[in-house]
Amino acid sequence: MDDLAAIVFLTAAATLRTATPLILCAMGGLFSEKSGIVDVGLEGKMLMAAFFGASAAALTGSAWWGVAAAIGAAEIMALLHGFACITYRGNQVVSGVALNILAAGLTVVLGNAWFHQGGQTPPLEQAGSRMLPIFFPHAGDNILVYAALASVPFTWWLIARTRFGLRLRAVGEMPLAVDAAGVSVSWLRYRAVLLCGFFAGLAGAYLSIAQNAGFSRDMTAGQGFIALAAIIFGKWQPFPAFGACLIFGLLDAVAIRLQGVRVPGVGEVPVQFIQALPYLLTMFLLAGFIGRAVAPKAIGVPYEKEH
Amino acid sequence: MTSRYCSLVTAMLAVCAAPALVPAALAQNTIKPAIVYSTGGKFDKSFNEGVSTGAEKFKAETQIAAAEFEINNETQFEQAQRRFAQRGYDPIIAVSFSQGVALSKVAKEFPKTHFTLIDSVVDLPNVQSVTFKEHEGSFLVGVAAALASKTGKVGFVGGMDIPLIRRFQCGYEQGIKYANPKAELIANMTGTTPAAWNDPGRGAELAKGQFDRGVDVVYAAAGSTGIGVLQAAKDRGKYAIGVDSNQDHLHPGTMLTSMIKRVDLATYRSFKAMQAGTWQGGATALGLKEGGVDWTVDQYNEKLITPEMKTKVEQAKADIISGKITVHDYMSDNTCK
Repeated sequence: MDDLAAIVFLTAAATLRTATPLILCAMGGLFSEKSGIVDVGLEGKMLMAAFFGASAAALTGSAWWGVAAAIGAAEIMALLHGFACITYRGNQVVSGVALNILAAGLTVVLGNAWFHQGGQTPPLEQAGSRMLPIFFPHAGDNILVYAALASVPFTWWLIARTRFGLRLRAVGEMPLAVDAAGVSVSWLRYRAVLLCGFFAGLAGAYLSIAQNAGFSRDMTAGQGFIALAAIIFGKWQPFPAFGACLIFGLLDAVAIRLQGVRVPGVGEVPVQFIQALPYLLTMFLLAGFIGRAVAPKAIGVPYEKEH
Repeated sequence: MTSRYCSLVTAMLAVCAAPALVPAALAQNTIKPAIVYSTGGKFDKSFNEGVSTGAEKFKAETQIAAAEFEINNETQFEQAQRRFAQRGYDPIIAVSFSQGVALSKVAKEFPKTHFTLIDSVVDLPNVQSVTFKEHEGSFLVGVAAALASKTGKVGFVGGMDIPLIRRFQCGYEQGIKYANPKAELIANMTGTTPAAWNDPGRGAELAKGQFDRGVDVVYAAAGSTGIGVLQAAKDRGKYAIGVDSNQDHLHPGTMLTSMIKRVDLATYRSFKAMQAGTWQGGATALGLKEGGVDWTVDQYNEKLITPEMKTKVEQAKADIISGKITVHDYMSDNTCK
């Protein structure tokens, strides 16, 4: 019985560890998408945040400065996106993709120039330069994990229960109506992308200074896109999106633990199959259980005032 | 992208500038060496970095720097090799088995250029193929791991799931069973694509998964991914074993030892031979006997190595060299009995 409890606890901890960046990213993306701004650039924001977070933590020796720098870097990326998509009404997907490419290149170039380690940051070895577990040293429950858990009700409350949230939803569905009511569409959308930047910054900081000890090239490894998928899975709702992130995290955690385990009657399951499992299940869930996901109506459409 | 080109350009400038700076007496035979690195990148603190160490040693002695290319994806191997050959670089070091296919093509196109391929064999007169008997070195660290483990469970994290990495695992497993027949091995592979060499986050997660199952010594043979494994071991206070380069200095106190693979020597020797005019093609396999692989004991890990461990590992080493123990090579029949 003890064994079972231990397995459940350890799997739950591993699930949370892998799901944390997804949750933070998904909550950030929700704000942006709810306001009608497609955010393909989550990956790039997170990568940039991870790099600046690790750099600041390595230079100052303080994890908190790392988090601050990570948020700052992600906010600048978010503002760039906003500037292109809101002020200049550019194509949001193109802008997002451009941000991803920019982040992939710039982090390595700067990393090489500053630290001469092929785009990596120096390993974070000083005490205090990393976010360490709080209650369970073996579970990896650092403060950013709790922040991710808290971000879900916070996002829900902000979107569903406040005046700002009401307007945010309205601007994603029918910006003309918001404009007619005398509320600035641009300002609302800018606030949305800034909130998105904040959470993507936390996600990036988690990757480089909590989960790992330093930045390495392309360390986000597609997690920004998985967060985007989680938003769609969750039908643009905070709690369902949270659930989707947990499912992704759980599949990953289970996949890691299933490797090399002998299943009775089957023998050892091939590595390739285990690694394809999350994607197979994703397709299965997507086809069978989720149903139609309806995006905000005005998503991806730049708002032009004069018509 | 830009960074790669920058480093390439700087390296080329250095090479072009070098002959001008070197006094005529020193430059007995001026050569223009080049290196094409593999997926983990020059600074993986492991496999690729070993090659770079060898090139640095050569540079320190001769003032000749090698031109370098770090790839973004595997499709660039052929392009990079060809471009170096076209520009007259000679010899060209191709790091890792994944360059083999590209090299067999490029080496045919440039029969006068000398190529050194590490970790794979291409049978052409102008190709020097250097492989290592990783199973022998892994056997030794397997012995150390089994003796250091208190739980009787030891772990292995591999990079990409290929026969070469299975060879590491298989040698390791034989070493473990040799020292403690009851010990149990939990092995994980990071992935099935070359991206598996460069994913420290996943490496850390795999290691934590093994620790959760009772593992207390983990051996990483995974390029840059290994950095995450070693870090996870440090965070949890478990032992880790490094690979390819000597990684003992990374986390003194939790780094039990490293299985070194002297790619630095292979690089250095190729450059030296080229300079002396004695360069020869053909295939060589470097094992314990040739000093191609080994385990490490240095000031960073000597406190962790008990006298008993040392005796037993050294005994196994002597026995392998003398032929008393034969370590089964996974790649000879693609099984690990």
